[in-house]
Amino acid sequence: MSRIVVHGLEKSYGDARVLERVNVTAEAGEFLSLVGASGCGKSTFLRILLGQEQQSGGVVVVDDGPIVPEPTPQRGIVFQRYSVFPHLTALQNLLLVEDFRSGGPFGRVFGARRRNARQVAEAMLERVGLAHARDLYPASLSGGMQQRLAIAQTLLGRPQILLLDEPFGALDPGIRVEMHELLTELWTEHGMTVVMVTHDIGEAFKLGTRVLVFDKVRHDPQFPSAYGATITYDLKLDRKNRASSLEVAKVAAMVGTARPDSAIATTASQRRP
Amino acid sequence: MNAVSKAGGEGTHSSPPRPKVRLRMINAKVSRGGALFLGGLPFLFVAIAYLIASAQRLAVNPSDKLLPSPVQMWSAFLDLATVPDKRSGDLILWVDTYASLVRLFAGVGVATLVALSLGIAIGFIPRVRAFLLPFVTVVCVIPPLALLPILFIALGLGETAKITLIAIGVAPVMVRDIANRVMELPSELVAKAQTLGGNSWTMILRLVLPQVMPRLITCVRLALGPAWLFLIAAEAIASTEGLGYRIFLVRRYLSMDVILPYVAWITLLAVITDWLLVRLSQAMSPWAHPVEAK
Ligand SMILES: Nc1ncnc2c1ncn2[C@@H]1O[C@H](COP(=O)(O)OP(=O)(O)OP(=O)(O)O)[C@@H](O)[C@H]1O
Ligand SMILES: [Mg+2]
Repeated sequence: MSRIVVHGLEKSYGDARVLERVNVTAEAGEFLSLVGASGCGKSTFLRILLGQEQQSGGVVVVDDGPIVPEPTPQRGIVFQRYSVFPHLTALQNLLLVEDFRSGGPFGRVFGARRRNARQVAEAMLERVGLAHARDLYPASLSGGMQQRLAIAQTLLGRPQILLLDEPFGALDPGIRVEMHELLTELWTEHGMTVVMVTHDIGEAFKLGTRVLVFDKVRHDPQFPSAYGATITYDLKLDRKNRASSLEVAKVAAMVGTARPDSAIATTASQRRP
Repeated sequence: MNAVSKAGGEGTHSSPPRPKVRLRMINAKVSRGGALFLGGLPFLFVAIAYLIASAQRLAVNPSDKLLPSPVQMWSAFLDLATVPDKRSGDLILWVDTYASLVRLFAGVGVATLVALSLGIAIGFIPRVRAFLLPFVTVVCVIPPLALLPILFIALGLGETAKITLIAIGVAPVMVRDIANRVMELPSELVAKAQTLGGNSWTMILRLVLPQVMPRLITCVRLALGPAWLFLIAAEAIASTEGLGYRIFLVRRYLSMDVILPYVAWITLLAVITDWLLVRLSQAMSPWAHPVEAK
């Protein structure tokens, strides 16, 4: 629902440059998949879009203004870990969204509004298949259940931009496929702009409408951190058709995946909505 | 395959077959009864050693005061607990206990409130951290007992000085610990709370406060040790009642038959407080105390 324009983005930590010359425009409602070698700066890029960190140079524009330099409800996030609040049960985690949004100085809604929020939260729990776990604390949920809860919580915040940092990285293949379906459904329903970081090339092609590869183009053998990564490949996918295995293989080679064929297989076996 | 499943099936019905290997020391588990027995041994050992030493001394000199027999101690203790004092008409043990506990809990209570508010502010708000953390760090290294004379001069010999000593003695460390805990909160959680619409204040209420609660209670448990120390020191120097005052008073008459039961009584009070705090933490933050698998 929001357009993101990134122009000439740079990020350095001290002497080490992580990102440089990053230019990309994401139209409202696009689903961007970010892939790239480990440590090339994908999470850093996402944290900048979130407002948790600030760029060292360049501009990021969201809709019509420069990005607000702190996290706001406009942008939702699901991290790989630490994505739900461990001191709240599944239901309380979802209620917290309404509590924060309109709970005033107590950070809690009362009365009819609480009952309403409860209904919405319970419907959402049902939706992500956690109805039976509503009163459990995250510590007693499996990794997949925690991520489902995190996604549900983030979506209840109705963000215009959804940022996902390897949200399914720790899940087994079966649950991953379930999560893909859930995410695709919710995205079709809400139509937010999605930026997802993943190490799974198949997942990138299956879910995204666009695949971006982050990589370093310049190298200094004496000082490896002198140059940062940038977007080296930007592939728009036609919604109707699947990506060709050639393209998948090409991206897999860029990222350095050991077995491009497995990535192709995952992609080929899935039908895009 | 078959054999394995059979063996497994049997295992669930009768007791699992015990492998005849010697486990490493670090892996050998202790049963409940075994733990009780092992845990009781040191107590038993100390008690027996005392009984033998006491019996020997009393055999040589029946009026020996250094190692009184359990009977002597019990009767001295019972006197203090049930027989009104000749001069004041008070039941001394209860008056002492009440006075000491009020001081202790007032001091630790004040310290806890200070630690909670300052600790959260320092840990969560960068400006407050820049303002107060260096100061708190310096205050932490002042030996509180060195401040005792100053407190007595400034605040008089009354309750305020004693309570203040306890509070000043334990608060700085607690403040630092709570601040550290808040700074250790995963930045992901704080970022997420902001994306859900939390502001600084509501995040303190709904995220920081519940997350530091278990640590705060741990802090109080650890602070109670030093708090007793400061309490007894303050009472020893200037007081007219209190457990510490009594011990130092009867020391003049070498009344070990009073001192030893008092020390045991203080220990008992400390153990009960500690146990209550553990239960409180379990009740307030069940998420931080996952049920252990049996
Ligand atoms: N706070 C920081 N201070 C210093 N260096 C940092 C910091 N955060 C990240 N880096 C560096 O930036 C680089 C990129 O990190 P980032 O986490 O963005 O990589 P990534 O692409 O997400 O990797 P992965 O795929 O393994 O998650 C790394 O080399 C890392 O060492
Ligand atoms: Mg990362």
